Amino acid sequence: MPAPSTLQAEGLSLGYGDRRVVTDLTLEIPRGKVTVIVGPNACGKSTFLRGLARLLPPSAGAVLLDGKSIHAAPSREVALKLGILPQGPIAPDGITVTDLVSRGRHPHQGMFRRWTADDDNAVAAALSATGTLELAARGVDELSGGQRQRVWIAMALAQRTGILLLDEPTTYLDVTHQVEVLDLLVDLNEAEGATVVMVLHELNLAARYADHLIVMKSGAVVTAGEPSAVLTESVVEEVFSMRCRVVPDPVSRTPMIVPIGRHRSGDAR
Amino acid sequence: MTASPVVAERRRETRRVRVVSLILLALVVALFALSLSYGSFQISLPDIVRSLLGQPTPPQVDYIVHTLRLPRAVVAVLVGLAFGLAGAIFQQLVRNPLASPDVIGVTAGASSAAVLAIAILSVSSLTASAMALGGALLTSALVYVLSWRQGVGGYRLVLVGIGVGAALASVTSFLLTRADVRTAQDSLIWLVGSLNGRTWDQVKPLSVAMLILVPAALILRRAVAGLQLGDDVAKGLGMNVERNRLALLVVGVCLAGVATAAAGPVAFVAFMSSPIAVRLIGTGRPTLLPAGLIGAVVVLAADFIGAHLVGGTPYPAGVITGVVGAPYLLWLLATANRTGRGG
Repeated sequence: MPAPSTLQAEGLSLGYGDRRVVTDLTLEIPRGKVTVIVGPNACGKSTFLRGLARLLPPSAGAVLLDGKSIHAAPSREVALKLGILPQGPIAPDGITVTDLVSRGRHPHQGMFRRWTADDDNAVAAALSATGTLELAARGVDELSGGQRQRVWIAMALAQRTGILLLDEPTTYLDVTHQVEVLDLLVDLNEAEGATVVMVLHELNLAARYADHLIVMKSGAVVTAGEPSAVLTESVVEEVFSMRCRVVPDPVSRTPMIVPIGRHRSGDAR
Repeated sequence: MTASPVVAERRRETRRVRVVSLILLALVVALFALSLSYGSFQISLPDIVRSLLGQPTPPQVDYIVHTLRLPRAVVAVLVGLAFGLAGAIFQQLVRNPLASPDVIGVTAGASSAAVLAIAILSVSSLTASAMALGGALLTSALVYVLSWRQGVGGYRLVLVGIGVGAALASVTSFLLTRADVRTAQDSLIWLVGSLNGRTWDQVKPLSVAMLILVPAALILRRAVAGLQLGDDVAKGLGMNVERNRLALLVVGVCLAGVATAAAGPVAFVAFMSSPIAVRLIGTGRPTLLPAGLIGAVVVLAADFIGAHLVGGTPYPAGVITGVVGAPYLLWLLATANRTGRGG
């Protein structure tokens, strides 16, 4: 796996048609770290990730990969440095695990470069890193939600990029599989030094797994940094319009958000 | 670490595609030979081979083989191949089994243009073919534009296509009412999809077009494999989604267009071939070539059944494929929403 490239947003604005979703965003993704983007629904966090992955062209500004505009670079060259797993991908009917993960090798092949032993090895490595090697001959549609998500991550891993972007990789998974997927991504980060950037919904898991946390609201970054420095009661209240207590997570010592609602919230109400 | 499970599985899937393709190829060859040999005048296989190789044969054999049966069988193979490939391209690109060119109005567009050419303008058959191709391209551009909403996909394309197809069917009917009775009669048979009386006049433009389109489709197979995963994943893998999709659509439309120009809109061949291929292959691999071969088998078989096995009067191939295809379409429509794959 190549050393991770640098990834920055410079004055980045993104939108769909006339609708602006992300406005004038400038930041740098820390290399070789796990970065998690959080924020309320419709804050533009998924849009921002799609912009970083050149799935969405910027309406202003640029995304810089190794200092060069990602939209100006040939898409295949970008695909050798940066992988993206979009939200809720759908596998073709009847496809097997091996076939799906093999398609992650697409940027390494060309019109005249055929499948080689290197490709076999990359696919096998991706399967074993995600604990899905024994599923190699199974159909993707027979798998459980957690297995399926690990197989999709394996497809992105087979691409062998230094940067991996994931849009809500834990959605629709039960808590066991959520933790399993996040552990897997940290394994990848620690073993290969890969830069991981993901959008997550669950604040407490985000705080636990992130080295670097980006908090967004209404298309702008409210604050970014180490979770313990960033996730304060006032930030959560400002961003999510919800009162809460922040206590140390008894397991990981990272900040843990305890929401305060109108009911069943004891004296804190 | 060993890559052996991956190697084994990839080898198994590749072997499966090859074995199925070889069996289908053998079936095409067998049906091709059968349609050259069987008829009111039976010709033995050795005589056919001798005739094809230009060696001396009994009287009449050369005429029957070279003038009557060979062009018809060649058109059947090429038309089937073209419809099968076109259907596979469309269905796998749009990820919807209903999105085949004969369902979404592409062949209806080719038909209207061809009827205009044959029945009203009385132009040469080469011009008529070109007009049919033009009709297919125009219609698909229209369907594409009408169903475009930040991308094309799912049921919107299918519904718009069915609507456009219905409108074009009425255009075709109108043209028929304006035509001379005899040319209208010819057009009607052509509209059902028939191989009756095909000559080298149809074979020549068709084979030139296929020499370009089949390799183009097979080169684009890699693009199908990427696009099958959805636009975002395909882009993430470094594919130029827009350009590849356009190239595939153009190749698919041209395949459907030249096939319709040569034999009429043989019902449901494009629609049925790819699902059959997918069943036979049994994995998620793109199934372009197997679908094309199934198309050839279906058209050869339908033409043979229609010509020799059903009662006294010969039926056009399109009647036979229609009888098989229509129930399948109904079944698909009835079950698509229940399984939630309607999109």
